[in-house]
Parts: sequence; C-alpha cells; structure tokens
Amino acid sequence: MTMSKDKDVLLSAKDLEISFGSGKNKFVAVKNANFDIYRGETFALVGESGSGKTTIGRAIMGITPTSDGDIIFNGEKINKPKLSNEEKHNLTRKIQMIFQDPQASLNERATIDYIISEGLINFHLFKNEKDRVDKVTQMIESVGLLPEHLYRYPHEFSGGQRQRIGIARALIMEPELIVADEPISALDVSIRAQVLNLLKKFQREDNLTYLFIAHDLSVVRFISDRIAVIHLGQIVELAETEELFTNPIHPYTRALLSAVPVPDPALAKQKKLTVYDMSVHHYETDKPKFVEIRPGHFVWANQQEEDLYRNRLAKAHAH
Amino acid sequence: MSDDAKSILSVKDLSVGFKVRGRKLRAIRNVSLELHDQEILAIVGESGSGKSVLTKTFTGMLESNGGITHGTIDYDGKRLSDLKKDKDWIGIRGKEIATIFQDPMTSLDPIKTIGSQISEVIIKHQGKSAKEAKKLAIDLMARTGIPNAADRYNEYPFEYSGGMRQRMVIAIALACRPKVLICDEPTTALDVTIQAQILDLIKELQKEYHFTTIFITHDLGVVASIADRIAVMYSGQIIEYGKADEIFYNPRHPYTWSLLSSLPQLATRGGELFSIPGTPPSLYKDIKGDAFAPRNPYAMKIDFEEEPPMFKVTETHYAKTWLLDPRAPKVEKPSLIQNLHQRFLDMQASDAAAKLEMGGGSDDDE
Ligand SMILES: Nc1ncnc2c1ncn2[C@@H]1O[C@H](COP(=O)(O)OP(=O)(O)OP(=O)(O)O)[C@@H](O)[C@H]1O
Ligand SMILES: Nc1ncnc2c1ncn2[C@@H]1O[C@H](COP(=O)(O)OP(=O)(O)OP(=O)(O)O)[C@@H](O)[C@H]1O
Ligand SMILES: [Mg+2]
Ligand SMILES: [Mg+2]
Repeated sequence: MTMSKDKDVLLSAKDLEISFGSGKNKFVAVKNANFDIYRGETFALVGESGSGKTTIGRAIMGITPTSDGDIIFNGEKINKPKLSNEEKHNLTRKIQMIFQDPQASLNERATIDYIISEGLINFHLFKNEKDRVDKVTQMIESVGLLPEHLYRYPHEFSGGQRQRIGIARALIMEPELIVADEPISALDVSIRAQVLNLLKKFQREDNLTYLFIAHDLSVVRFISDRIAVIHLGQIVELAETEELFTNPIHPYTRALLSAVPVPDPALAKQKKLTVYDMSVHHYETDKPKFVEIRPGHFVWANQQEEDLYRNRLAKAHAH
Repeated sequence: MSDDAKSILSVKDLSVGFKVRGRKLRAIRNVSLELHDQEILAIVGESGSGKSVLTKTFTGMLESNGGITHGTIDYDGKRLSDLKKDKDWIGIRGKEIATIFQDPMTSLDPIKTIGSQISEVIIKHQGKSAKEAKKLAIDLMARTGIPNAADRYNEYPFEYSGGMRQRMVIAIALACRPKVLICDEPTTALDVTIQAQILDLIKELQKEYHFTTIFITHDLGVVASIADRIAVMYSGQIIEYGKADEIFYNPRHPYTWSLLSSLPQLATRGGELFSIPGTPPSLYKDIKGDAFAPRNPYAMKIDFEEEPPMFKVTETHYAKTWLLDPRAPKVEKPSLIQNLHQRFLDMQASDAAAKLEMGGGSDDDE
C-alpha cells in the first residue's frame, strides 16, 4: 500500500544507539539502527527474544533514553534530553502504544469509561462533558464493544475484549503513530484475527501508521508492508514484506524464516531448520555497514558479503 | 500411530466439574480418549475449551474446587479416576506421567543450581548414587542441547535464557524416565527459533526414550510439525480426532474448519483474516445440542436440539457433527481450506524455504 503513494516519512531512526548502564557495566542493547517509517504503513520489527525490539519501541515513546543518533518524527528530532512541555505534550498525543498483555496494562480499579477517557482528560481534548461522552461512546462502538460496557471494570472482560479496550484508549487520542508491542501474542487464535482486522480497519480509515513488534512471522507477513529483522541489537535486514520472504539474504533472516512452522503435516515433516552461525562473518578488517542491495532492500554486510549477496539476488531475480 | 496401536491410557466418558461461588461449571463433558503407546497426540482448541483440565486429571492435579463427576481413567492396570489422596499418586505423578508447563520458572527452583535439580530427580526416581546421578545429569543436559554442560552444571536458572530453561524443565521431566509426557503449551512463550529447536528435541528424545507425548497448543503450525494424531476440543468436549493428515486435509467438524480457516497463512495481504463470529457458550449453563451451533454457519435445526454422536469417518478418524449423519445435506468444507496441501506447496515453491532446501543456504564459505 505504501509503494503506490509518494513516500512520506513519518519517523526515522538515524545511527541510533540505545544502551543501559555506564562505564564498564555499559550494555549496548541497540546499535547502528537506521530505518524510515512511512506514513500510513505497517512497519514490523521481528527478531528473537532479547534482540532489542521493545527497547526501540520504548525509545520512540521517549520512555528509554537513547545514547547516540537521532529519532526524527515529522521532521523534528525527538530524542533530546530537554523537550519543551509543549513538545512533550504533542508527542504523547501523537505517538501511542498498545501493549502485549491486556491483563497487565489496564488499571483494574478504573471503569472502562475512565480508562478510555484518561488521555482526553489529561490533555483537555474535549469541549464539554457531552462531547467527552460522545467521543468515548463512538470509540467503544468502533472497536466492537457496547456503550453499556463503559461502566464495567477490566476484569469482567475476556483477553480479546481487553485488547480492544487498549486499542480504544490509544486511538481516542487520534495519534499518528502507534507502537504495537506484541499486541496479539497473548490472545487466542480466533481472537487474534478480530484484533488484527480491527487494526487494519483503523489504518484504512485514518491512515494510521503502525510500528508492529512481533515474533509470529506468519502474522507479520499478513499485516506488514515492510519488515526489519533485528539480531542482538543490530538490524541485519530490511525489505518490503514479499521481498523479504522470497529473497531473504542475510543468514540470520534465513534461519529465522526456516523456523516458522508450516501448518501442513506433509511439508512440516520435511522441513529443515537452518541454524544461524555468527562465525560465518569475518568483520575484523572488512567492516560491515547497512547497504541498499536492491531498491528498498537493505542488509548489514561488509564488502565481500555485499558482492556475494548482490550476485545471489541478481540470480534470484533473473528467474 | 499405526492402526494396531496399543493403548497406554484410556479415558471413558469423563466429566469434570468445578464449584465457583456456589455455582457449578462443567469443564469436561463426557470425553473418551485412547492414548496410543509412543505416539505424539496434539490437543488443540480455543482458550477455555478444557485442554489443561482434561490432562490435569491424568496426574491428579485438578484444583481443590474441582473433581471428576463421571467416567473413568485407566493407566497400566490402575484406575486413576479412583485415586483421591496425594499419596495415592506417588509413583505415578512425575514418575510415570510427567507434565511440562508453559512457564519454565514455575517448575524450576530459583535458588538451586540447574545441575543439582536434575541430579536430585535421578537419585529419587532411578535410585542412583550422587556421583552416577551427576554424570547422568550432565549427559541429559548435553542431550537437551546445553553446550559445555559440565561447566554449566553449577549455574542457576537466572543464568540461562528462556529457551535453555525450558529445555532444562524437559530434562528434569525426562530424568524420571516417564512413560507419558504431557506438554502444556511448552513453547508458547518462546520465539520461533527456540520453539523449533524444542520441538525437534522432543521428537528426537521420544525416538530414544520411547515415551508417549500429549502436546497441548493452539498453534496449528506447531501441531503440523509434531503430531501423529490430533484431538480438537470445543467447550469441554473432543469434537473431532484423527491422524494429523486426516485433520488437516479432510476435516469434518465445522469448528475444525473454522480453526483451520483462521490460519494467517491463508489470508491474502490487504484482505481480512477469517475470524469465528461470537463466543463459546457459558459452561455454567446446560448446553443443548451441538455446543458450536450458534457460531456455525452450517448449523441445522437438529444442531440446536440434540447433541450429535461421534460419527466414524475412517478407522482412525471420528467427528461429532450431524453433518456426518446420512440424512444430512452434503456440505463441502469452506473453499479457503480446500486443497490445503497444494496451496502450501505453491506458497513454499515461491518462498525462500524451498530455496534454502535446494542448498541456497551455503553462506558458510570455504
Ligand atoms: N531496563 C533495562 N536495563 C538493562 N537491560 C535492559 C533493560 N531493558 C532491556 N534490557 C536488555 O536489552 C536487551 C533487549 O531487550 P528487549 O526487551 O528490547 O528485547 P525484545 O527484543 O523486546 O525481546 P522479547 O521478544 O523477549 O520481548 C535484552 O538483553 C535486555 O535484557
Ligand atoms: N480451578 C478452576 N475453577 C473454576 N473453573 C476452572 C478452574 N480451572 C479451569 N476452570 C474452567 O474450566 C474451563 C476449561 O479450562 P482449561 O484451563 O482446561 O482451558 P484450556 O483449554 O486449557 O485453555 P487455555 O488455552 O486458555 O489454557 C474454563 O472455562 C476454565 O475457566
Ligand atoms: Mg519485547
Ligand atoms: Mg490451558
């Protein structure tokens, strides 16, 4: 969907580094991160547990400080220590988050009405009480719940319903970017579909942009326009979804894709798992960088690998 | 696995109820099941369908507000459904029938080293000396894929990654040399790479140790790669069971159709994902007819009135739906899941997975 339109960059990360601790306890969780997220697209971040996905999401939200590089949102650098109150205010509104665990992310003692309204109240985004009630009622209906649900408490809802409440709470702020960190991992298969369809619907209607963090690659393939693969804090490959699935080039991406289960007994039984071995890289003198190997397809590689990958891709595309 | 398979555990007409604030909930309703020696049986179904409760009855682990209200469970000449006290279960729970849960931290003791936890079990269940046990434990750790097992013997759970911890839980469960291993969503919390390694590990160890596995999951991709047979549960009942191929390629119950239809792999990008309308019925109420009827677009009048029996499809495949009654109109499964195998073959042909298998994965120079 993004390719047909002119690409309007909503957010970019430039040489981003995020570290925890300092001195000899310094741990670099994310390094050399470079990517653009286009307005209206779903940009997915995938990779194994501990690779730095949530850390990137939290840095964009301004929760985790960055140690180097830039995060640019709507043309303005947002990862700086001293944001004016107005800037902060603006960002909290424009960038919203949906969490993995609908159980833990809702205040158990607040009514659904309050939970959904909280942002409106904090940011004075309504004219009068009637306006607030109208907004909340419209919102709850658009996520497929009923106005009568407003006066109930989170524990009275199922996991899928709670996740809808989380979505309503984020969307009522009319954000431009939503960071969705594993929004469906905790949900049942049948409920997953409902929530994904809902996210898609809002994207179509409001031109919303999603940073979608997940480890289920079959879902990622369905929902995202472009995918960045991250391994131990390093983005190793970035491409449009179909390009990544058909022509994965970095050995880690290939290993990751080989691990995705195929829901077909005959094929699943033949399937071979490729294990990623970092010792295939020789980065001692020939240093790697993030290179655009085909238009829109980036890979972390040194010169020698770049030549090899270009050859391979040329062959694959010749077929 | 084969048709002449020997049954190792036999469940007959089992019902399980819970008391919740004075009300009665029926979690399992008249389930019968034969577990075949050395098979991998997968149990699938949506949240709350009774997968965990059913298998908890095999080890006497139901919470105290619940109990078996009807039916029998027989294992190796013992009537498990008659066992009441914890001491009756000694020698069975953990020893003959072991369970692995989703969260490895619930099964590991955070203040004891990994190695000592495995040795302890070997000493207790296999009657070995401390020295022998340590040797066996290190061996088992290596077998379950821990590099430098001897060095890591003295490490604590927090020093292991999530995937390694789950492998250690498997190692501990296997140290008792159980005959039946129940895996209750053991890979749900893990990422795909580690999940794939654990599935391979379970299959490999089963070949070596000849145990029988029950694998609970809601991920049909996982099921396809691990199961010999599949039982599909809905609202406290097994509504269809058969060999893995039969369930994937020739499913008969409309609920199984819906489950397969919700596979994200079948959705077209930019389109909608299939989702099952409505919610499962309340288990507090008496369920009349086929529990899936209100959500079933193919439901007939009788589905709302009378519970269907198990109809036989083949010697190994049964489904509990009136659609299999000779008087029912002929209904085809939804087009989305027709030719499932061909679809995935086509998909794979165009995908990298196929290229990798053709030897494209040779980055490993020299
Ligand atoms: N507050 C923190 N202090 C120190 N280290 C941290 C902190 N938060 C994250 N880390 C470390 O940073 C790395 C990346 O963690 P992160 O949570 O971003 O991973 P992830 O990709 O989201 O993994 P998962 O799929 O398990 O959620 C990990 O090694 C983690 O231990
Ligand atoms: N101790 C209990 N008291 C009351 N109800 C219970 C208890 N344990 C389970 N139940 C109920 O029994 C039904 C079956 O639960 P069970 O845990 O077997 O579901 P499941 O199929 O394993 O679901 P999931 O995929 O979410 O693990 C549910 O409705 C559940 O709420
Ligand atoms: Mg995370
Ligand atoms: Mg369960």
